[in-house]
Amino acid sequence: MENKKGAGMKLNLNLNLTKKNIPILSSIGIFLLLYVVGGLFFNGFFSIGVFSNLFYDNAFLGVLAVGMTLVIISGGIDLSVGSVIGFTCTFIAYLVEVKQMNPVLAMFLSLVIGTTAGTLMGFLIHNFKLPAFLVTLVGMFLFRGLAYQVSLESIPIRNELFLEMSQVGLFEYNGRTLFPMASLIFIFMVMLGVYMSHFRKFGRNIYAIGGSEPSAVLMGLPVGRTKIMVYAFSGFCSALGGIVYTFYLQSGYALAGVGMELNVIAAVVIGGTLLTGGAGFIEGTLVGVLILGLIDTILNFYGQLSSWWFRIFIGLLLFLFILLQTWLTRSNIFLKYAMKQQQKRNDAAKGLQETSQHS
Amino acid sequence: MFKNENVRKLLWPAVALLVILLFNVFFTENFLNIEVKDGHLFGSLIDILNRGAPVLIISIGMTLVYATGGIDLSVGSVIAISGAVAAQLIRPGYIHGILEYPDPPTSLFVVIGVPLLICAIAGAWNGVLVAFVGIQPIIATLILMVAGRGIAQLVTEGQIPVFIHEPFQFLGGGFLMGVPFPVIVSILLIAAVYFLTRRTSLGLFIESSGGNPIASRYMGIKSRLIVLSTYVFCALCAGLAGLIICSDIKAADANNAGLFLELDAIAAVIIGGTMWGGRFTLAGSVIGALIIQSITTTILAFGIPPEVTLVFKALVIIIVSLIQSEGIQDAINTWKTKRAQA
Amino acid sequence: MVQSELLEIRGLSKSFPGVRALTDVDFSLKSGEIHALLGENGAGKSTLIKTLTGVYKKDAGKVFFDGKEFEAHSPAHAGQNGISTVYQEVNLIPGLSVAENIYLGREPMKYGNIDWKQMRAGAQKALAKLRIKLDVNQELSSCSIAIQQMVSIARALDVSAKVLILDEPTSSLDEGEVASLFEVMRNLRSQGIAIVFITHFLDQVYEICDRITVLRNSKLVGVFNVNELSKVDLVTHMLGKELDEESRKSHKKDGQSAGDVFMELKDVVASGLGQMNLKVRKGEVLGFAGLLGSGRTEVAEILFGIRKPLSGELLLNGKKTNLKNPRNAISHGIAFCPEDRRREGIIADLSVRENIILAIQARRGIFRTMSRKEQQRIVDKYIEELKIATPDAEQKVQFLSGGNQQKVILARWLASNPKFLILDEPTRGIDVGVKLDIQDLVGALSEEGMAVLFISSELEEVLRSSERVLVLRDRNIVDELTGEDINGAKVMHTIAEGSTDV
Repeated sequence: MENKKGAGMKLNLNLNLTKKNIPILSSIGIFLLLYVVGGLFFNGFFSIGVFSNLFYDNAFLGVLAVGMTLVIISGGIDLSVGSVIGFTCTFIAYLVEVKQMNPVLAMFLSLVIGTTAGTLMGFLIHNFKLPAFLVTLVGMFLFRGLAYQVSLESIPIRNELFLEMSQVGLFEYNGRTLFPMASLIFIFMVMLGVYMSHFRKFGRNIYAIGGSEPSAVLMGLPVGRTKIMVYAFSGFCSALGGIVYTFYLQSGYALAGVGMELNVIAAVVIGGTLLTGGAGFIEGTLVGVLILGLIDTILNFYGQLSSWWFRIFIGLLLFLFILLQTWLTRSNIFLKYAMKQQQKRNDAAKGLQETSQHS
Repeated sequence: MFKNENVRKLLWPAVALLVILLFNVFFTENFLNIEVKDGHLFGSLIDILNRGAPVLIISIGMTLVYATGGIDLSVGSVIAISGAVAAQLIRPGYIHGILEYPDPPTSLFVVIGVPLLICAIAGAWNGVLVAFVGIQPIIATLILMVAGRGIAQLVTEGQIPVFIHEPFQFLGGGFLMGVPFPVIVSILLIAAVYFLTRRTSLGLFIESSGGNPIASRYMGIKSRLIVLSTYVFCALCAGLAGLIICSDIKAADANNAGLFLELDAIAAVIIGGTMWGGRFTLAGSVIGALIIQSITTTILAFGIPPEVTLVFKALVIIIVSLIQSEGIQDAINTWKTKRAQA
Repeated sequence: MVQSELLEIRGLSKSFPGVRALTDVDFSLKSGEIHALLGENGAGKSTLIKTLTGVYKKDAGKVFFDGKEFEAHSPAHAGQNGISTVYQEVNLIPGLSVAENIYLGREPMKYGNIDWKQMRAGAQKALAKLRIKLDVNQELSSCSIAIQQMVSIARALDVSAKVLILDEPTSSLDEGEVASLFEVMRNLRSQGIAIVFITHFLDQVYEICDRITVLRNSKLVGVFNVNELSKVDLVTHMLGKELDEESRKSHKKDGQSAGDVFMELKDVVASGLGQMNLKVRKGEVLGFAGLLGSGRTEVAEILFGIRKPLSGELLLNGKKTNLKNPRNAISHGIAFCPEDRRREGIIADLSVRENIILAIQARRGIFRTMSRKEQQRIVDKYIEELKIATPDAEQKVQFLSGGNQQKVILARWLASNPKFLILDEPTRGIDVGVKLDIQDLVGALSEEGMAVLFISSELEEVLRSSERVLVLRDRNIVDELTGEDINGAKVMHTIAEGSTDV
């Protein structure tokens, strides 16, 4: 009898694993496939330099994606991230170069602005029940416009402290800094995201709200506060992503990050987060970001395919993953039904056994 | 005050437009002047209409999509595709470094027809994903928004083909009886859409499908087909706007053509008072588009960089949507219900 | 069993715009009892629960809980104070694990982090109290509804519930699951927990409950001990007073005079419904009698092509037909006024005129538009005939009262001149005057040769209007009554006992 119960449980677990993890498993599969294909076709693809660059070139994307993942899990969307990057870049470059401000202070200020803007958007979304895409679309307009307001021209950054900071890295290899500051921030934010989403009430409440907001309200969870905080965090991530991008560009440019929100959303979705909210992993988003990076790297190695193929591939992958999600949530109904029928009998029998055992 | 609700709803957008125009009358020199040069009309007002034509045309398409409870984020990319295809048809060798035009020159019919056909296919793609596969509109159109610009760049291979094609250039730069041709195109389009939606039952069915899809299904309305057709139409509008832009600058810039135009169109629709999934007003969207364009023109006239207009547009959209938001609307509705029942 | 008043509600009233949902209702609950709260649609059960648990704010009345006056500000607040509700559509988060669902919002913490180990152990323990053993790591959505309810109960108990409200917990459970649930309920009762049990299965009431409170039309009918109340009496209390035979319509024809069969179901089986046979005749009012959840709406949905039969035949005018979708049904002259008019009936943003002409227009297609004059003529006609109270035809329908919205939907279908009109709860939430109007109208329509299916929670109404009544019980058609057999006693007996023999 003990045996039988164990078997039933195992079956459940297996079904669970596949159902919940199909998207993230596919992401990991695609990543490995791309990596191996790249390695087989191109010399030097498997080098540590390429691997390190994967984390460097996509650091800003990754930082944004951490915030975006939480927003999407909560059932919302943030279209303002690309513009916040553009604003932050221009703002920092302007303060440091034109106003001769200490770069640390400039970065701090931009983080404050990003977080405040996120809080404000969250407030509008929650308190006035405005659609998230609309409010963040306005944020997108606003920050792009503000970036232009700060400076129409590109401002190169020559501040030594700033340049030094961007060069701090994990270790040197062949005279190159591997995993410089930008990558470290990226990795730190992913770890922070994983920690928050698994071990903090805040993180778990995000899942609950995305899973079913009415239920979350009935359970007495702090829905409003959590939603506003999610957008605030995304605003913080956007500003931090802007800082990372400034490290990368070493200049400020108002057009920086145009269309970036789409790459970020694509990375999150390709990483296996459900666009309807309630399910997803920061770990998956990391894989999604790396997939985007790999596609870019492969296109660079190949050389003949031009940059626009990047957009088309991303669009295609996005499409496939959205179809996969739709199919999964759809077929859920059938799957659930079949499982329910089967489990109904199991559970009833089990429940009865339990009760008879105890009484 | 105004008995007809449709008229009453237009009041505030109209007042807003009037205020912007009045502001210009006082602070911009020669704002109201309309001159005739070489038999063509010139002046700030004409300029607003002419420059505003692409936004106006897209917002007409967006209005219908919005009324079905959807949104089309891909219009900017579709604009880029349509321009790129048109340029490629006019000067197919350009991207390979061949500067000659085909002989005889590509016929106007092809230059306009083929891009529009491709745009219709793009719209059908969006529509099928939304209406038949059941993906949320923001997400479904996001795919084409991402990939579409890539497709446009693929067509032009990342270059900016410039061309000369007299008949085609008339579309964006010509004058008919002194009036800029884009203005005439948009007026004709508005008239046609008005006729098609308000003189037939199409408009009612669109509003019904957007307002309550279940009830519409129970009444035997083919909601899915109607939703699909609004996405096709919206993409066609974007295609037309793309052709006008491309014809006006005599070049196809796949990277920048139509950038942020989806936001202008959405703003115009919202300012005009069309409800998300419900009642739409073409006149409102026209006024909305004119407001958006007037803001741009005004700011230009003041020597402020045009890019900064985004800030003003953002403020206008958020104020209007706050006024329309549930919180504030609920209060108004309760008051209205009380009055209606009294 | 300890018997003391744990919860007492006195004179509770609550109204919504245009509707009185609760009128001066009293309710009392003792520790260690299972108390059934019964009533039909719109009787006020759910309003009572929601007012008690702080979803709604009460208009008048007092609640005493544990000897003190108590007012819940929110369901969460009620829960913290010991009043928890388990809903039929379980209000948990399907995508999270069982353990998390029990502990969400009050997770055990260690060094400022969530202590998953302790959470799992605690969840295991909370479920063990209900004598349930399952893997608390599994996703809630992979559990059956029965288990999900158990998880919900475990959560409620773990927040230290003294009062547990079970809102139709058994409607999607099979027999074995119901048995386990009852086992748990008995167990909780013996621990002194007070349980409010809402259900529409009368057998279950008699199996497990101690007392019954019946509500009808927002008012308290009475409180009864289960062993002192017969099932027939209970149904009588729920559905209305013993019916006066004289009140039946004088102009009503008897069952024999009805016309040809318009629509027929032969051995039809659909998911969630037993095998059934039924005939709809031209010029006849067919009534469905049965409690909420007996399958009334589901059968109507088959007749309108919303629900597909799994097997069996559907005949229209004697010809086998497959109703693919509502549009298809409409083309055969069938019309359907759904039960939930806000969700499935009105288009809130459109005007009264547009809402009325939509169905005709949908049939005519996009291009054969009616002239404004023609529309106005139709709309004016129905506004006058149905006495729709609206300032004018251009008023948005969302600003009308519930009763008038219902009339607009009726007008919509009447204007399209159907052969067969299905009315699912057409008088729900409508005041008495309008109810009578609609009943009269139904009679008049059938005289003109239209077949009408009349579904209502109010038995009196069904009996008054119908020439033939089908009795539904537990998702099956159990009896057909015609002529003199249509009387309250007979129907109530059938609903209560499920058999035809009196």
